[in-house]
Amino acid sequence: MSYQLVCGIETHIELATKTKIFCGCTTQFGGEPNTHCCPVCTGQPGALPVLNRQVIEFAVKAGLAVNCKINNNSHMDRKNYVYPDLPKAYQISQFDEPLCVDGYVQLDSGKKIRIERIHIEEDAGKLVHDGGYTYVDYNRGGVPLIEIVSMADISSPEEAREYAEKLQLIMRNVGVSDCKMQEGSMRCDVNISIHQPNEPWGTRTEIKNINSLSNIVRAMELEMERQEDILEAGDRVIQSTMRYDANSDTVYVLRSKENADDYRYFPEPDILRFYVSPEKVEEIRATLPELPDAKLKRYVEDMGLPENNARLIYKYRNVTKFFDDAVNEGAGAGNVLNMIISTVYAVLQTEEDKENFDIKISSHQLAELVKLIDSKKIRANKAKEVLARMLESGKDVIEYIKAEDLAGLSDEDLKAICQGAVDANPKAVEDIRNGKDKAINVMFGYVMKNSRGKADVKKAEEIIRELIK
Amino acid sequence: MKEIIAPLSKMLSAGEISSVELTEKYISAIEQDNKKYNAYVSTAFDKAIENAKAADKMIAEGKNTLLTGIPMALKDNICSDGDLTTCCSKILEGFRPYYDSTVWTKLRSQGAVMLGKTNMDEFAMGSTSETSCYGAPLNPRNTNHVTGGSSGGSASAVCANIAAYGLGSDTGGSVRQPASFCGIVGLKPTYGAVSRYGLIAYGSSLDQIGVLSNSVKDAATVFDAISGVDSNDQTSVDFDFGNIAQSLDKADVRGMKIGIAQEYFDGINDEIKDAVFEAVKFFEDNGAEIVDIKLPVLKQALPVYYIIACAEASSNLGRYDGIRYGYRPESFNDVEEMILKTRTQGFGDEVKRRIMLGTYVLSSGYYDAYYKKACLLRENIIADFEDIFNKCDIIIAPTAPNTAFPLNFKGASPVDMYLSDIATVPINITGVPAISVPVKNDSNGLPIGMQIIGKKFSEKTLMNAAYFYEKNGDVQVEDFEGGVML
Repeated sequence: MSYQLVCGIETHIELATKTKIFCGCTTQFGGEPNTHCCPVCTGQPGALPVLNRQVIEFAVKAGLAVNCKINNNSHMDRKNYVYPDLPKAYQISQFDEPLCVDGYVQLDSGKKIRIERIHIEEDAGKLVHDGGYTYVDYNRGGVPLIEIVSMADISSPEEAREYAEKLQLIMRNVGVSDCKMQEGSMRCDVNISIHQPNEPWGTRTEIKNINSLSNIVRAMELEMERQEDILEAGDRVIQSTMRYDANSDTVYVLRSKENADDYRYFPEPDILRFYVSPEKVEEIRATLPELPDAKLKRYVEDMGLPENNARLIYKYRNVTKFFDDAVNEGAGAGNVLNMIISTVYAVLQTEEDKENFDIKISSHQLAELVKLIDSKKIRANKAKEVLARMLESGKDVIEYIKAEDLAGLSDEDLKAICQGAVDANPKAVEDIRNGKDKAINVMFGYVMKNSRGKADVKKAEEIIRELIK
Repeated sequence: MKEIIAPLSKMLSAGEISSVELTEKYISAIEQDNKKYNAYVSTAFDKAIENAKAADKMIAEGKNTLLTGIPMALKDNICSDGDLTTCCSKILEGFRPYYDSTVWTKLRSQGAVMLGKTNMDEFAMGSTSETSCYGAPLNPRNTNHVTGGSSGGSASAVCANIAAYGLGSDTGGSVRQPASFCGIVGLKPTYGAVSRYGLIAYGSSLDQIGVLSNSVKDAATVFDAISGVDSNDQTSVDFDFGNIAQSLDKADVRGMKIGIAQEYFDGINDEIKDAVFEAVKFFEDNGAEIVDIKLPVLKQALPVYYIIACAEASSNLGRYDGIRYGYRPESFNDVEEMILKTRTQGFGDEVKRRIMLGTYVLSSGYYDAYYKKACLLRENIIADFEDIFNKCDIIIAPTAPNTAFPLNFKGASPVDMYLSDIATVPINITGVPAISVPVKNDSNGLPIGMQIIGKKFSEKTLMNAAYFYEKNGDVQVEDFEGGVML
């Protein structure tokens, strides 16, 4: 029995605005519980929400980055439900007039995963279970979120993972969120159902709050298996909310959702309707940086860089900026890339390091070094050593390269070295005269060593062959 | 009607009395009279003396305003840092907010003195203040009768001279109707004129903080101080009213067009009708022009109001769950039970009734038929009023179809009670300002109030007309003898 998968993903992303969506509290992660709070975000009687306009701008930017159409007119709605982490017993969200609609994320295969809508809303607080008690921390309450709802276009766990990863990359690059799944600034709820080919779609279940890209795949595989077992046994799948537990590697039912929740949505009376002008939308669009996939394409197709190397840098906004800036100064792209992935990355080992890109030298300093490689004034290996020391000290390349190193090799000196090569390798000379041409490599080795890598190999070859005749 | 604020301010400035002395007089009066009227549900006398000392300093430095050093009362749903604020509900028993409402911040910065919090219908839901968990406040004009509601405590305190003025809240008439029942002045400002930050919400699109006072000039003075756009309330509006209190001395109604709608007088008893028509005649005799207007939508106003108010209230009151503040039951097995018990034990019957109504009209399957329809009708009513204000400057109507009921009036079902709001709710639905001023007493000696209604942001026009009437008309509601008399 080969079942087909239908999958849609709802992604919640915390926006990296300085303050919360409805009050001036900080959005900074962590902090002692209940210290990043105020009357508004703890739902005190009499407090009122005030919409932070930066949230609208970030959300529009996010929508434009995934090809959405922006609704110029929009408003907030109340979503009413009871849960201890929701202080007002309603979440201020958007129901029937989301800010962004009709976008897509394109996978490497070319397939487009359509995005139905993106809306803005506030995050709830956090429940912490400890010693038989449950504690509530409202620091996270009121942090601005965008909820990105995809259409059910995803057909495999791998596609799901790729979709989530691309969203993460895009949002990070655009600068609206750090999208750290392990910190909760990006959360995926995966909806899946299975059906036989040419049959109607099955009943779907929702796996909530998956906290890593690989867990998306694992959770989906397990749930697909579970649903398949149910259907094979002749039973029906019950619409439920599930959770994936990484420790036990199991997917289990949290609660069944036979009847859809009635949130009694109505327009939020405390927040007026808002308007984003077409001019403002274009202004925001103009601030969109080149997105990762476009960047990769440019590196590989326009610059001719090897794809696997380009892939090592294309994800990281700061790394690619460093790269592009150095190249724009005239340094050779291939050499800049190699220096980054070999030496700079030795200092920036983790994903986080690469995101933060905390290094002591500027792209200009790297460009200066690479230009020396380009003009063959120093060898790549030497350059790597120098670069390592520059990264440690932050000093310019001139501190580490002596003047004489930079000087070129005169023809006279080259000839003398070539003569030396011939004199030192009589056997090789004989081999060459006898037709074993490969023996010339020994000569080259000598020449390179004695010229400290400065010799032009073609010139040296000419001279040596002349001398041997 | 007597002006209290300006004369007191003059005495304070002249050094005839200090704010501390004045405050102590009010404190004694409260200690003596509050058991008669149950106007205050909590007092903050220590804090009041502290405020008074600070006020005296301001006066000594010549930095005082009209309101400096004058003792007043806040309705029990208006937050002030550290003071009991309970909406007269068991579910907020012991609650002390840790922040100030904007109106109190403004008054305090002028050196106002807060004596305590006044009685009200629980969560402002009611028209007699009898749903208070502390028992009803009593009408100083006749203590067998109600004060009206929901700002009944403030009305009672102001009438009995145990507060120089009071703040209340008006969602469907809760400042105007008690003012009418107690024979004092009650002002409901334009929606958005006064910040709602710190007003514990009932119907968010309807609520406004209003003023209860013994004269129109006092109401204007307080309104001048508390109005203004507030960055903490996005529904507040930036409008320059100018200094209304100062403008009153030039009040004149010559050429003013006064709209009279028959629909407003339907079903009103003759005594009240006659009293209001007499006042209208007075305006006419002084140069105003009476314009006949039609308000057929008026009868839709009540169901529209109750649907919207209850819907918003059902959502606004969701937060009372015993977790962060207020009442929490002694025993429960889990969070769900705790929340259930908190709300079952903490809320009174009328509050529960309105929460259920509100939940129902918002629920899936009924939303379109009730809430959505009510919102569409609301737009119609707003448009009708806008149209009318093209034809006239103000509308005059009775404030209520009755005078103060006897306490525990058994004759009325909850819906009958709702019907008595007919004259006041259209004003909240449309967001326009209105003021209630006393006219005369009925044959039982209970005051009748007249409502003057204007278009949005026309508080100046409104209060000028009201002041003119108060000064020159034949107001037959006597000044109350008792409390602090200076």
